[in-house]
Amino acid sequence: MSRCETLADSPGLPVSTEGEPVFAEPWQAQAFAMTVRLHEQCVFTWAQWAEALSREVHRPGRAVDGADYFDCWVAALSSLLSERGVVSEAEQSVLSDRWARAAEATPHGMPILLENAG
Amino acid sequence: MSHDHDDHHHHHDNHFSPMEARVRALETILTQKGLIDPKAIDAIVETYETNIGPRNGARVVAKAWAEPDFADWLKRDATAAIASLGYTGRQGEHMRAVFNDGETHNLVVCTLCSCYPWSVLGLPPVWYKAPAYRSRAVIDPRGVLAEFGVTLPGGKKIRVWDSTAELRYLVVPERPDGTDGLDQEALADLVTRDAMIGTGLALEPEARA
Repeated sequence: MSRCETLADSPGLPVSTEGEPVFAEPWQAQAFAMTVRLHEQCVFTWAQWAEALSREVHRPGRAVDGADYFDCWVAALSSLLSERGVVSEAEQSVLSDRWARAAEATPHGMPILLENAG
Repeated sequence: MSHDHDDHHHHHDNHFSPMEARVRALETILTQKGLIDPKAIDAIVETYETNIGPRNGARVVAKAWAEPDFADWLKRDATAAIASLGYTGRQGEHMRAVFNDGETHNLVVCTLCSCYPWSVLGLPPVWYKAPAYRSRAVIDPRGVLAEFGVTLPGGKKIRVWDSTAELRYLVVPERPDGTDGLDQEALADLVTRDAMIGTGLALEPEARA
């Protein structure tokens, strides 16, 4: 599947008038790119991805205007990776906490390193 | 340039939202497992980035070119003027617009990390985040501009603006000649991302993208 088809098959993805995806913040582009890459590496099929994403997008309490689309995207990626036994949820949440602590412990202008989590 | 860290008054870059922390964690684990390569991820991001945000900034510049009142407002209070078009930063950062003219060319860098006006320019290009650009933009701006294919008249000054987490800059390039008859949408087509960082100039009308 080409990248174009990948995009065409992501219902709800915010796109520009030129049909390119629109990201409000870098982490969104990062999450998007990781997903594209994992699919290229055959970690999951696009159908499996679409199902995981759809499950998150349709969860009760999600924003009507799609403002949290990439929150859904990340949640879908997390759960798909854990369901498929690639990365457990425990492993993900431990490391997320460490990154959050590392960021807080790093003064502005210094690179944020995992070691800084203490 | 101020880099104090009074959390009660400033937002600063070094706070990860739960989403940012989660994405960073996934990236770390997947890289360790050999499933992704950060370079491949950057390459995918780069294919899209030129199409993302710069259009917002280009509309700001086109409006400033076409409407002197808006240009004045942008000079005085860029944060409010830009917000009036619906482009607001989610980190609460302030914006300042710096105008190129016959005497001065403006260039934006973040020497410390990669602070960037996302709300108007989208994602920073990879070179903006690279140490080479961050250090050389200050030491040898003319040399950096030459590498981007920009040669300025000898007498023109180059002013380099160092971004911080609290204050981001948008360069308003000079309006090219021969654009009197163009409407704002057509003018915006002349405003490239690089022109708004200062590593480029606005396009000539015949070169319109």
